[in-house]
Amino acid sequence: MSCGVDGSMTRHPWVIPLTAALASVVILFFGTRLPKRGAELGIASMAMGVALSAWLAVEWITGSGVPAVNQHVWFRYGDVNVDAGTLVDGLTVMMLVLVTVISLLVQIYSTNYMKNDRRYTHFFAILTLFTAAMEWLVMSANTLQMVFGWEVMGLCSFLLIGHWWEEKSNVHAAMKAFLTTRASDMGLVVGVIVLFFAAGQSFDVVELNTLALADGIPHGLLLAGAVALFVAVVGKSAQFPLHTWLPDAMAGPTPMSALIHAATMVVAGVFLLARLFPVFAQAFSIGDIGNDLGGLNPIAVIGSITIVIAALLAFVQHDIKKVLSYSTVSQLGYMVMAFGVGAWTAGAFHLFTHAFLKALLFLGAGSVSHVVHGFDLERDMGGLRKSMPVTHVTFAIGSAALIGIIPLSGFWSKEQITAQAGANGYVLFQVVALVGTFLTAGYMTRCYYLMFWGKHRGSSHPHESPLTITLPCVALAVATLLIGFLEAPALGIGLFSEWVAPAYLPAAEIGDRSTIDLVFVTELLIAAAGVGLAACALTKGFGPRSLAQRSAPARAMYGLLSNRYYLDWLYDRLVVNGIRRGLSWIVHWVDHNLIDNLVDLVGRSAVGTGVLVNRWFDTGVVDRVVNGTGGIAHRSGSALGHVQSGKVQRYAGVMLGTVTFVAVLLTAMR
Amino acid sequence: MEAAFTILSLLVIVAAWRVVTTQNVVRAALALVVVLAGMAPLFIMLAAEFVAVIQVLVYVGAVVVLFLFGIMLTRSPTDVPEDPDNRRRWPGLIVAVGLFGALWFSLTDAFGNTSVDPKRVSDTADVGSNLLRENVIAFEAVSVLLLAALIGAIVLARQD
Amino acid sequence: MLLVQYLGLAAVLFCLGVYGVIARKNGVMILMSVELLLNAVNLNLIAFGAAYDTAVGQVFALFVIAIAAVEVGVGLAIVLLIYRNRSTVDFDQIDELRG
Repeated sequence: MSCGVDGSMTRHPWVIPLTAALASVVILFFGTRLPKRGAELGIASMAMGVALSAWLAVEWITGSGVPAVNQHVWFRYGDVNVDAGTLVDGLTVMMLVLVTVISLLVQIYSTNYMKNDRRYTHFFAILTLFTAAMEWLVMSANTLQMVFGWEVMGLCSFLLIGHWWEEKSNVHAAMKAFLTTRASDMGLVVGVIVLFFAAGQSFDVVELNTLALADGIPHGLLLAGAVALFVAVVGKSAQFPLHTWLPDAMAGPTPMSALIHAATMVVAGVFLLARLFPVFAQAFSIGDIGNDLGGLNPIAVIGSITIVIAALLAFVQHDIKKVLSYSTVSQLGYMVMAFGVGAWTAGAFHLFTHAFLKALLFLGAGSVSHVVHGFDLERDMGGLRKSMPVTHVTFAIGSAALIGIIPLSGFWSKEQITAQAGANGYVLFQVVALVGTFLTAGYMTRCYYLMFWGKHRGSSHPHESPLTITLPCVALAVATLLIGFLEAPALGIGLFSEWVAPAYLPAAEIGDRSTIDLVFVTELLIAAAGVGLAACALTKGFGPRSLAQRSAPARAMYGLLSNRYYLDWLYDRLVVNGIRRGLSWIVHWVDHNLIDNLVDLVGRSAVGTGVLVNRWFDTGVVDRVVNGTGGIAHRSGSALGHVQSGKVQRYAGVMLGTVTFVAVLLTAMR
Repeated sequence: MEAAFTILSLLVIVAAWRVVTTQNVVRAALALVVVLAGMAPLFIMLAAEFVAVIQVLVYVGAVVVLFLFGIMLTRSPTDVPEDPDNRRRWPGLIVAVGLFGALWFSLTDAFGNTSVDPKRVSDTADVGSNLLRENVIAFEAVSVLLLAALIGAIVLARQD
Repeated sequence: MLLVQYLGLAAVLFCLGVYGVIARKNGVMILMSVELLLNAVNLNLIAFGAAYDTAVGQVFALFVIAIAAVEVGVGLAIVLLIYRNRSTVDFDQIDELRG
């Protein structure tokens, strides 16, 4: 069904971020005076966002399917018009629905989780602002606007990670996150600028994509731009080697982690890949669009490396949030790799499903930690399945989805990626994806087991969390159960690709398989194997630590993992210390020996000259002149001082006299 | 007409001279009354009856009364007739004469031949309409000014 | 009647006023001299208005009268205050603005 005219929401989607932004400002300034301290306003704006996004989704789905761009001229310079506007297409709608729904659930959750927090109102204000920025990003019609949303999100992330800034370690984590993403954001700016010039002075997304597809952009510039943009993706979406900030970012409050570092902000990089996919595809020769099926490209390589190393790291974490964060990094790797092998729909679908299930897992972890007052898997948790039934079930659903157990959503999306990789000829990456599944199954089972089975090792008396905490978890669990069926080729359902995939994708990229084939089965088997192996290891006590006790290579491996591949150590030693010690030492030497001596020499000669000058010129000539002038000034001053007699009449007289004088002059001069 | 003008002008000039030279303040005020009152017929001769009436009403009627009150309230009790002039008598004279010379020469030069129609008929309606049309803003402004001055004078001069 | 006759009269009055403003000691007398000035101006305005057959001359003369009234009122109030504070209206003795 196609409509002749775009729906009203399609024409004005900017209302969505606007309501959130306004709400954020109001909460920031007046929140403390409101009865629920700002939370009610935040939740209201989020609810409105959900409603409006749903409306937009309906309009999009029932509409013509042509992306709607609405722009106005923002500013001009020279001949170039830079517009500002909105772009509504399947991707926008999907992201908006995702962001608004999860934001709403997280905010509801936070009313209880952050109940007695010292900066409750501020938390809600920044959370709302963040949502506004993310909404703005996904509906941007040009890359310049995207930069704006991107940066504001980075700011909100920084503010929220450092939410409890009284503890120094939180501050360090926030700084680390901010600086790492900021460094990679340089890539974004450079990329945007390069593409601007490459595309004939246009920031417009649609234009960029069309030009890229038609080979209208010179390849060198395109590659430069794409590389720069990819650097930004690596930083923002925590890919190797810029992934180190994400686990540290877990210092912030759990609901924030659920929203920002699992579901939304970190997927901004992936979103960029999706939005400007033709640019990347042409630049790196990806898939069908890039006319190179099966070749290596940096995107797929980095994505795949990330999958594996992060998954391995998740095995050795003690803190539940750290496990989940590494899991996020790994799954983001899946998404990036998906785009790297040309599986657009699969990648986007995985983004969608992962957002819900990761948010669910985080909220579940928060629920547990709230009750046991701690995050340590081994020390605080265990045996919670009886005392926290709702949390247990929802967390189990989330874990199963993540591992990829049919018929949950995670299975469908991950299977899609794997299958598509193969279909496009990227066999190596297909294997990596399967390895990733195995590892994911392993660490998630470990995590789940340590939390909910066995004996309770902590010191608290666990009980189920209140409704405001469990309801969002339940909602997300339901979503996790259902949304997988949006795209299940084996069952003949292709709603997601129909609604979201952009028009320029060739059919092959969309994924057109309707049979249960080898990949499907292999995926399931591997997931099951992973779960089984992990379960055995856990219940029979073969955990990574006991393994390490028995074999040296395992011990070395464990050491490597515990120290996070020594990457942090490397960064610290090489980059920070290199600069601090090497460079500054050199600078100091130059400063002290060369420059200081020079300055001293100059100083001494100046003093000598000065003394001479003082003796015969200064005292002899200048002083006399100055004294003379002073005397003259003094005397003339006292003489002229009489003018200011204070007598108003005299002033008037003088004025009149002057006027008369001038009048006489003028008359005479005629 | 000419005769009337000559008499009136002489009267006015003499009275003005008295205003600025007499030692007694009260005499000066009375001379001022003569000046102001003498101006009114001059206005009438120039076909400005309305202004002449206003001149009498406002100047002679109100301003002079104000002056008399002012004099009354600021008289020193000893009432010694002191020299009313200060040291600037001669400079003042020079300035005044100089100014007069300049004015006279310029005026005669510029307007030497212009004449005023003695039978001219005045039109007060014209004045009124001009006041309320072209210059209505000034009119309103002056009203506000009067109010401000009224309040200002009261505030300044009250004893509390 | 020549216009210049009126203008000449006005000029005389004006110059007398100028002399008064410069040479008089008593504050009230200075104000009276100012009245002379204003009247001279009025005569000028009306004379011109009559010579060039326009109503504007009279209109402005009316404004001048109104403003002169205002000025006298406020001016006398000030002189009164000075008298109250200094017991004199000799402007030569009021030189607070002395620099």
